[in-house]
Amino acid sequence: MNATCASDFNYIRELVRRHSAIVLEADKDYLIETRLTPLARQAGFASLEALIAALRANSATSTLRNQVVEAITTHETSFFRDFHPFEALKTTVLPELLAKRSSSNVTIWCAACSSGQEPFSIAMLVREHFPTLRNRVRIIATDLSGAILARAKEGLYSQIEVNRGLPAVLLTRYFQRQGLQWRIRPEIRQMVEFRQNNLAESWPPIPPLDIVFMRNILIYFDLGTKKAILAKIRGVLKSSGYLFLGSSETTLNLDAAFEPISMGKSVCYKLRQNQML
Amino acid sequence: MAVLIVDDSKAMRSLLRHILKGAGFEVFEACDGQEALDYLQRTHEINLVLVDWDMPGMDGYAFLQAVRAIPVYHQLRLMMVTAESEIEQISRALAAGADEYVMKPFTRDAVLEKLNLLGILPD
Repeated sequence: MNATCASDFNYIRELVRRHSAIVLEADKDYLIETRLTPLARQAGFASLEALIAALRANSATSTLRNQVVEAITTHETSFFRDFHPFEALKTTVLPELLAKRSSSNVTIWCAACSSGQEPFSIAMLVREHFPTLRNRVRIIATDLSGAILARAKEGLYSQIEVNRGLPAVLLTRYFQRQGLQWRIRPEIRQMVEFRQNNLAESWPPIPPLDIVFMRNILIYFDLGTKKAILAKIRGVLKSSGYLFLGSSETTLNLDAAFEPISMGKSVCYKLRQNQML
Repeated sequence: MAVLIVDDSKAMRSLLRHILKGAGFEVFEACDGQEALDYLQRTHEINLVLVDWDMPGMDGYAFLQAVRAIPVYHQLRLMMVTAESEIEQISRALAAGADEYVMKPFTRDAVLEKLNLLGILPD
């Protein structure tokens, strides 16, 4: 790598950190190249270096700057990703919540929902296994990226995407084929509210939450931002609520208010009794 | 865990063999439904069958029906891996006793995630 390239990568890392608080390590330079080269071409630049030069010279529009940040911060997802958290939801979490509050609403937040597979997986799970909850569950799904939220709202997926993690029986029940793509049926689409939210900035009003899915996103933030986000979750999670993080993430050494609870092959986090609000 | 791959395409069998061996399965192969059925009748070591739909001779759908009609194979897990991608066909395969269904083309992750759903990925 030459000096100009290293300086370009540093510039993009700093841009992403400033706008999203996401910290890109040096070993993620490949991500900058693979995600931004198509964007540069699409925006009419001769090369990635030309796009970065325009950003540096302040001649790029704020829309393009946002697209750069969003292209870098859009993450991998799939239906029923990692499987075990959804099994915990089905066998333990939702039955416990229903036993405690048989008639009240259940509010679930999927933070960093990307193209929507996670909230739609939860919606299908509720419809399949908790029919009495169907009209009392509120699923709020947020992401930093406006472009990825637009995709999520469409509910249109490629064959490669529906092949991944989605039981075939749910594909036949809740999707319609549209040419080479698959569209989620309205009864599932309508169960999810999509909103834009930057986790690192101040959050818009969020109702008290029973369940938070915030998986595989904390790992990208620095220590201070991780602590600030967990503190904000404490403010919106009900005393009986459950927090799911990614399998390589934890609240340990970040926020003592949470305690890990094993549920089969999954771990979720609850507020300790003496920390309840 | 032992898996039988049933596909008339040598390239497809080779791709699936690579994915499944990498995941820790012992892999066996057959070129059509009849050969697969004969193999199952000779040995009871198979836990899982991945079967294509369109094959010369006994196709995958006929194989599914034949296997599910034999009580001794009720515990055997069956997954269709096929280019057929109409909802009606997927529903027919599931009704005939397929436990899961993967559409071609697929990725390695797609195959392994479906096996995870079935709870039969080796540790």
